[in-house]
Amino acid sequence: MAEILIKGVAKSFGSFTALHSIDLTIADQEFMVLLGASGCGKTTLLRIIAGLESPTQGEVWIGGKRVDQLPPRERGIAMVFQNYAVFPHLTVYENIAFGLRMKKLPQAEVDTRVKRTAELMHIEQLLKRYSGQLSGGQRQRVAVARALAMEPDVILMDEPLSNLDALLRLEMRAELKGVLANSKTTTIYVTHDQVEAMSLADRISVMNGGHIVQAASPVEVYRNPAARFVGSFIGNPPMNFLPAARNGDGRYQVAGIALDGPSSGGAKLEFAIRPEDLTIAAGGLKATARVIEPLGAHTLVTSEVDGKLFRAVLDSDLKVAPGDELSLVPKPDRVRWFDPETTRAVN
Amino acid sequence: MNSKTLPYLLLAPATIFLVVFFLWPFLQIAWLAFTTEGGFTMQHFQTMAGNWKFWPTFWNTVILAAIVVPLQLVMALAMAQVVAKLKTTRNTILYIFTIPLGLSDLAAGIIWLAIFEQSGFLNSMLVGLGVVDKPILFLGYQNLWVIFIAVILAELWRATAIVMVILVSGMGLIPKEYYEAAEVFGAGPWKRFVKVTLPMLKPSIQTAMILRTIAAFEVFAVVVALGGTTLPVLVGETFNWQFALNDRNVAAAFALVILAISIAATLVFLRVLRTPKGATL
Amino acid sequence: MSGAVATADKPRAVSDIGAAGRFLFWAGVVLLCAWVLVPIYLLAVNTLSSPQEVTAFPKTGVPSFDMGSIQFFLSFEGVLKALWNSVLVAVLTMILSIAIGAPAGYALSRFEFPGKATFRMLVLMTRAFPLPLLALPIAVMFIRIGLDDTPIGLALVHTTLAIPFAVLITFSIFSGIPLELEEAAWTLGCNRLQAFQRVVLPLVLPGITASAIFAFTISWNEVFAASVLTVQNRTLTAFLLQSLSVSPLHLRFAGGAALVIPALIFIFAVRKYMFAMWGIANR
Repeated sequence: MAEILIKGVAKSFGSFTALHSIDLTIADQEFMVLLGASGCGKTTLLRIIAGLESPTQGEVWIGGKRVDQLPPRERGIAMVFQNYAVFPHLTVYENIAFGLRMKKLPQAEVDTRVKRTAELMHIEQLLKRYSGQLSGGQRQRVAVARALAMEPDVILMDEPLSNLDALLRLEMRAELKGVLANSKTTTIYVTHDQVEAMSLADRISVMNGGHIVQAASPVEVYRNPAARFVGSFIGNPPMNFLPAARNGDGRYQVAGIALDGPSSGGAKLEFAIRPEDLTIAAGGLKATARVIEPLGAHTLVTSEVDGKLFRAVLDSDLKVAPGDELSLVPKPDRVRWFDPETTRAVN
Repeated sequence: MNSKTLPYLLLAPATIFLVVFFLWPFLQIAWLAFTTEGGFTMQHFQTMAGNWKFWPTFWNTVILAAIVVPLQLVMALAMAQVVAKLKTTRNTILYIFTIPLGLSDLAAGIIWLAIFEQSGFLNSMLVGLGVVDKPILFLGYQNLWVIFIAVILAELWRATAIVMVILVSGMGLIPKEYYEAAEVFGAGPWKRFVKVTLPMLKPSIQTAMILRTIAAFEVFAVVVALGGTTLPVLVGETFNWQFALNDRNVAAAFALVILAISIAATLVFLRVLRTPKGATL
Repeated sequence: MSGAVATADKPRAVSDIGAAGRFLFWAGVVLLCAWVLVPIYLLAVNTLSSPQEVTAFPKTGVPSFDMGSIQFFLSFEGVLKALWNSVLVAVLTMILSIAIGAPAGYALSRFEFPGKATFRMLVLMTRAFPLPLLALPIAVMFIRIGLDDTPIGLALVHTTLAIPFAVLITFSIFSGIPLELEEAAWTLGCNRLQAFQRVVLPLVLPGITASAIFAFTISWNEVFAASVLTVQNRTLTAFLLQSLSVSPLHLRFAGGAALVIPALIFIFAVRKYMFAMWGIANR
């Protein structure tokens, strides 16, 4: 049982604040992804949980034990590093056995565990090799096997797939998901890749500027972004935003059309819609097409609405040329509203 | 171990060592040079400069450095360019070029003594070729300029390697793309050398020049091996005042003169060969 | 290479600059190699000739493989002791400079802390100073504390010469080991010391050995401080320098050879590291 509790964890490097008082609970056996652009503090948070960095303030609890003053080796964690950190002077076997030998496990037990995890990661034929004789993908497997062999309560992964090429990444992603689901460990996984986050996570914590902006399931994060940042960061292409103002009859005026807004909204709001939630029909937003990019199944149309950039993902049968006037109607149940002052969602 | 105190613990031995055996002795040298019986004085410098040998000694040292160091830079650049063009034989040639790096100046002096002494190999060759009838006494006081040339050759032979090694490692840091880009824009080999290699190598050239110039001001054993005391240089005179003349204060004054010209040279190179901020690799 | 200049619009690799250019290029390479090797060869010729041949004229340039000079050198009073002192001082210097320099190099490569820049300045400053001259005041200091004319005293001064190099070289060696490897070891159950022993040390050992050899060579070759600080316990360099004006030629050449041979071996042993070591001199 390893629930992870993060209470008011903050970290500053000199005058730079990397993390502002983070509170987060990660359930036992949950797969939590920390997602954000570089410099958002996600790796710092992971390293604080690992014990490689100490928090300026706050507490970290793993499995009911307070660990923020303990060295990494006493936290019951294992970690997979971005550059794999496979020890170059040891064979694959000795790499996987490294942590087990530190625990002073009997040789028979070491051998069983090494063989078992090596098989799990499909590297049993590489056990006698050195890191220099392995490909990037194989090193990755060794790093994961080394972590799994520890049978830790918590596995921490720092952008483990970012150094693999696109195809291999796809393959490893699926494999990791399978292996980790069976291992019954709590996983914290850091990435800047939203697709990776969506496909792996039970829950995603979207981070920005040292804050957790939203922590929720992948679908929730995608459909109901808690803040403007989440909508603009997640989704490719990202959400469209337009300014909206309440008119005399309580509706919201968006680029010339009137829409029903949230009852609790103020005089000014920001209208948001995902590009795939637009259809061509009369009475919609007046858009001038600028760039047309056919993507196979869909066509991405970059247009201008009221002088603002506005993207729509439309059916590829549609014939559009640059300069065409389009009328784009947002699906009513997919429209989201944000407060322009706080940037938080308004319901 | 606390990671706040650990770095200081690790640095402590080296710091203490450098304070005791580097900073403190230099303060003592300064003290010796500027005081007499506890009071400030310029008397030791006056004694030093008043000696008839001082100015020839000073100029010998400075002129030697002024000739040797630029020649070494040119030779080292040529060697580094040659090495850059080699493929299969690169490592062998590179090792041969770096051999003198490991040799002491005394050994270098003795090696060139084998060539320049009266029954040496140069005389053997000259007589053998019929250029002269009988061996010449090259390294005598009548032929001061030959001693000078022999010292220059020995220094070139011994210490060009270090300049070359610094330049070769510097060249290794220059990405190939810059040369290819220059080539695409129509630069020939010479233009590429002048417009790409030299500017990008400036930090390495600076390091090499500082290192070599300071070492050149300390030239000692080579000169003694080849010319005895016939060609006085600053370090030799320092040694002389310390032991033969038993005046530690004047010896200290000499040491300060060497220090002064070393620092002056360093500052000049730092200024002249500076790289603008942001223009580094 | 002149061929390449003539066709400047189409620069080529050495392999296809044409026969004349290639000949010139290789002639240059051979000339440069000869410039380095011939003087060493000539010293070897003199060393491997009898004392009579060394002073004879004209010279043939071919050794007679007479061991007379070498025997004379080795049986000359004080030579064996000087050789032993040289080795002793160099070994002490090697141990001291690595023991003191490597921890500092590790600290510089792994930690950010106030005072780091000051320490770096202190190390780099030593470069602008004529270090061997330190021996003058240190000689006085040593007389006071009874270290005068001892191998350990001289080794301390040689260590001062070697430490800036040891610090900078080990700094670059440690920097070449990703911190991630150490962190991985920590997460796998090691404390700092265990991680250092099991992961860092095996990886840096060849580089540390090379820098130790480098420190050895610095001490082995040093002349001035050795001459200032030793009287009875002369090192080989100090011994040769003192006897230059009085000793016969064949003694000097054999002595020169005794200085050169270990240095040649050492440079060969560390040749792979030569550039890694001096590359960092650029910073």
